[in-house]
Amino acid sequence: MIRLNNLQKLFQTRDGQVTAVDNVNLTIEKGEIFGVIGYSGAGKSTLIRMLNMLERPTSGQVEIEERDMGDLSKSELRLARQGIGMIFQHFNLLWSRTVKDNIAFPLEIAGVSKKKRNERVEELIKLVGLEGRGGSYPSQLSGGQKQRVGIARALANNPDVLLCDEATSALDPKTTDSILDLLVDINEKLGLTIVLITHEMHVIRKICHRVAVMEQGQVVEEGDVLNVFSRPREEMTKEFVKQVTEPEETEQALAHLFGEEGISRVLQLTFTGSDAKKHVITDVIRNFNVNVNILQGKISTTQNGSYGSLFIGLDGETEEMDRAIAFVKEQQVEVEVIHSD
Amino acid sequence: MIDQIFPNVNWVRLWDATLETIYMSAVSVFFTFILGIALGLVLFLTAKGNLWQNAAVNGVTAGFVNLFRSIPFIILLVLLIPFTNALIGTMLGPSAALPALIFGAAPFYARMVEIALREVDKGVIEASRSMGATQSQIIFKVLLPESMPALISGITVTAIALISYTAMAGVIGAGGLGDFAYREGFQRYNDDVTLAATIAILIVVFIVQIIGDRLTRVLDKR
Repeated sequence: MIRLNNLQKLFQTRDGQVTAVDNVNLTIEKGEIFGVIGYSGAGKSTLIRMLNMLERPTSGQVEIEERDMGDLSKSELRLARQGIGMIFQHFNLLWSRTVKDNIAFPLEIAGVSKKKRNERVEELIKLVGLEGRGGSYPSQLSGGQKQRVGIARALANNPDVLLCDEATSALDPKTTDSILDLLVDINEKLGLTIVLITHEMHVIRKICHRVAVMEQGQVVEEGDVLNVFSRPREEMTKEFVKQVTEPEETEQALAHLFGEEGISRVLQLTFTGSDAKKHVITDVIRNFNVNVNILQGKISTTQNGSYGSLFIGLDGETEEMDRAIAFVKEQQVEVEVIHSD
Repeated sequence: MIDQIFPNVNWVRLWDATLETIYMSAVSVFFTFILGIALGLVLFLTAKGNLWQNAAVNGVTAGFVNLFRSIPFIILLVLLIPFTNALIGTMLGPSAALPALIFGAAPFYARMVEIALREVDKGVIEASRSMGATQSQIIFKVLLPESMPALISGITVTAIALISYTAMAGVIGAGGLGDFAYREGFQRYNDDVTLAATIAILIVVFIVQIIGDRLTRVLDKR
């Protein structure tokens, strides 16, 4: 378990003091994938670096497995760091070493014998799917392959925690997904706690169990990914949620339909968890004398269930439409009337 | 044919002079490499934001480096005579030039080392720290290997400068091709001897350059 107590980091700059991380309190359970999302400058990068003391907190504590990381001596800290893997946006591989030697690097640091190193490297190469590339140099690999080397290297000393610093931000969408799948895979296989920071809601949606939203050094919202997705409270969170639930042009695309024949009202239905599988629309059509026009819809899956939004146009007698809307609300589906004649 | 172009050249003496030049260059390149890397590491590591950040040590080292880099080599040779006498016990032969060659070239190379180390990706150093690397592991497993191509191309440039410095070493009686060209060529009006010595020194320079370039290319996996 990782516990952050009143964590704060101040930087002195020429323009005065900057509070990069402001009084953050978080608890991250063993074995979970915890995401921190925020725009650049929100302090998430500083936050993740304080977990392994690459940045020293100005005040507050970082506890990993009941141990205060700030209290460790230099050699204790080095030992503790061997139990915390880290991967980076720009991979940070040694270009002068082959894939194998890069993966062996943390083992050399830990003083593992050459024979055991080679065995472990072979295992890791298989785990991350880089068979046959062991003798290549990083410059001969694609971005996704480089990150796989980064992951293998981070896992070499069997850590309990993996820190991911914008690990997919430099990758294309397809490669991002394959790296995320790999992370979920090792989380499940090895029971590893994963803490990741990102500015992409897609990453949170796809692999995180819980999420914290950061703005100006503070955690403004925190909770299960599905809850945060379905009921975002803060403006910042809503913006991030929109990244994955609605294509940006949704509102403009729908606006020109408003008032057209057969679409007197436009509703946005939001489904979460098992609701997403209910046949609400069928029930509405069967039980009420209204016409339903499906305009747009999208379902996203998260680690704790699915989440979707559906835009429909309704037409019919005003009273009948009101009754239909009331019915939908009874189904515990969130309804927002975004247009009404 | 060759004897017609170079009627006055004593080939045995030319060969000896070439060997003296190679000896002075090789030994001084070796020590310059070691001392330059040590000084360059100190300059780099004590700089602001690095592992051993220390303004005082950085200032003193930089001052020392700048001082020795600014003294013209021919003056350095003369200035170091008492030091050389104490260290080597003689002022005769090619070894007498070594202290001046090393003290002249190491500070110059140290600056190149510092620049090479600054080019090492900060992210890689951070990654190594995140793995729990000790400072000496960071230096010997990360900083030096990652900057090796630049260190080698830097020592190649320095080696060529050293070869031309050895030509001045005759001033203190250290011999070598420069001395040979000056005394047996210039002073005796034997232009062919000067030319032969020049060609010999050029061959040495070319060989060093080719070895340096090859090595840099082989080491550079970027």
